[in-house]
Amino acid sequence: MESHPATLPAPHRAGVRLPGAGVGLGRGMVTLYLSLIVLLPLAAVLDESLSGGIGAFWSAVTTSQSIAALKLTVICSLIVVAINAFFGTVIAWVLVRDEFPGKGAVNALIDLPFALPTIVAGLTLLTLYGADSPIGVDVAFTRTAVIVALCFVTLPFVTRAVQPLLLELDREMEEAAASLGAGGFTIFRRIILPNLLPGILAGVMLAFARALGEFGSLVLISGNIPFKTEVSSVFIRSQIESGNVSGAAAVSVVLLAISLLLLVAVGLVVRFGMKQRKEAA
Amino acid sequence: MTVGAPAKWGLRTLGLGYLALLLLAPVAMIFYKTFEHGIGPPLEAMTSSDAVHAIWLTLLMVAVAVPLNTVFGVGCALLLVRHRWKGNAVIDGIINLPFAISPVVIGLSLFLLYGSGGWFGPTLAEWGIEVLFSTPGMILASIFVSLPFVVRETVPVLQEIGTEQEQAASTLGASAWQTFWRVTLPAIRWGVAYGVVLTTARVLGEFGAVTIVSGSISGKTETLPLYVAKSFEQFNEQAAYAGAIVLALLAFTTLLLMSVGGRRAKSQSQTNPAGGT
Repeated sequence: MESHPATLPAPHRAGVRLPGAGVGLGRGMVTLYLSLIVLLPLAAVLDESLSGGIGAFWSAVTTSQSIAALKLTVICSLIVVAINAFFGTVIAWVLVRDEFPGKGAVNALIDLPFALPTIVAGLTLLTLYGADSPIGVDVAFTRTAVIVALCFVTLPFVTRAVQPLLLELDREMEEAAASLGAGGFTIFRRIILPNLLPGILAGVMLAFARALGEFGSLVLISGNIPFKTEVSSVFIRSQIESGNVSGAAAVSVVLLAISLLLLVAVGLVVRFGMKQRKEAA
Repeated sequence: MTVGAPAKWGLRTLGLGYLALLLLAPVAMIFYKTFEHGIGPPLEAMTSSDAVHAIWLTLLMVAVAVPLNTVFGVGCALLLVRHRWKGNAVIDGIINLPFAISPVVIGLSLFLLYGSGGWFGPTLAEWGIEVLFSTPGMILASIFVSLPFVVRETVPVLQEIGTEQEQAASTLGASAWQTFWRVTLPAIRWGVAYGVVLTTARVLGEFGAVTIVSGSISGKTETLPLYVAKSFEQFNEQAAYAGAIVLALLAFTTLLLMSVGGRRAKSQSQTNPAGGT
């Protein structure tokens, strides 16, 4: 190159830019695509849920069966994220700080629940933990099955959120603490855990949002028994099939609202974590 | 942290044991169940006309949804990163929505829009266009659920490569279009590719949204995941396992591409000289 670009008056300071009209056109097309694919359908759900007025919405959400389904969904999701917060952090630690043959393969395997179709996930769990279990563990059609399936599909979230934080964690801090006489557990509690907490929280909330809406992995293994193993997503499907579409829409709106609140919270936690790290640096 | 040997072994056993019980053993089990009586039964199940049609329809979903979401994703990422606008935050929020919504709710939303009593359903029916319980509805569902991946994987790469090389290209007289094809796209290709792999995996495996809008009619609106579920519910376990194995093998291919693509995307953004402008 003959001349360094920085010495010239740069005609396009921001790189690839569309001409003025192009930007408007691009924005218009993005907005149109998002409206057609995402916004209009969701507006239809909101509209349908309120089609009988707010009273009908409320009574659809508070039928004993939909309350039971919502309760089961939320409680199972909470249990599942607690389990995966613990195991996800342990797995992240093993993958970052431990050395053993086959570590690369294990690291790739973590993403399996994201790659494996949910219906296949449910079916695989059923072959090992169902009625024909070769090891004699039959949890099919119980609440335990709901928890096991949700643990499977949400496994990667915490591990993947904690791994980068653990990689960045300054080992000198831990060594300093150790030289001052801190034991392994104290170092974990006072130094490692506080540093990993934003990652664990972000992973937990993403996993929770995923668990709330999960459907495919549950339909085969949970048995979909009302008041016992029927989660909200399965309840919504059964309401559609029995023709109660506005009831299905009402429960959908409640699920949507919870997930949206969670996503906003994730954004706040991530921003808080970044700010903290910046201040520490 | 220098943990003692017992703690190290304890953590290792705990972590790997959990993975083995939850992931590895069930997947190994389904492989065993499928090939218990040799390769004949699964092969026979997968060559039945319903199974062949299901595979074909699944590939059609991928062939339509993935290119659309890729073009949209790259264009949208360019707009978000390179053109400041007040509306960007809103667009960014909407793009993440499909991750926060239950697939069943996505299916319901399309049902309400294109069903016989829906907003568009009656008008489209007059024109002779069938969306619900047919291929277009299933394609719309696939596009909806897999929408965020390409945008989300492309935005960070685009931010990291910066604009110096693009500025150099345009200083040397390249048009915006030439700069995009010769400079920008080659620089972000691994990020885009990673997003495409994730999109493909999601479309291949989508069950909840598609099951609501398709009606799951064998040989007509049944994708491979629907075929697996229906076969199992009709006690045709051999067919269900065989279909599951096909999907699982595709998932393992995805994993392989993800770990290669993810590594490439990372090393690319680290070695790129234009980074950090």
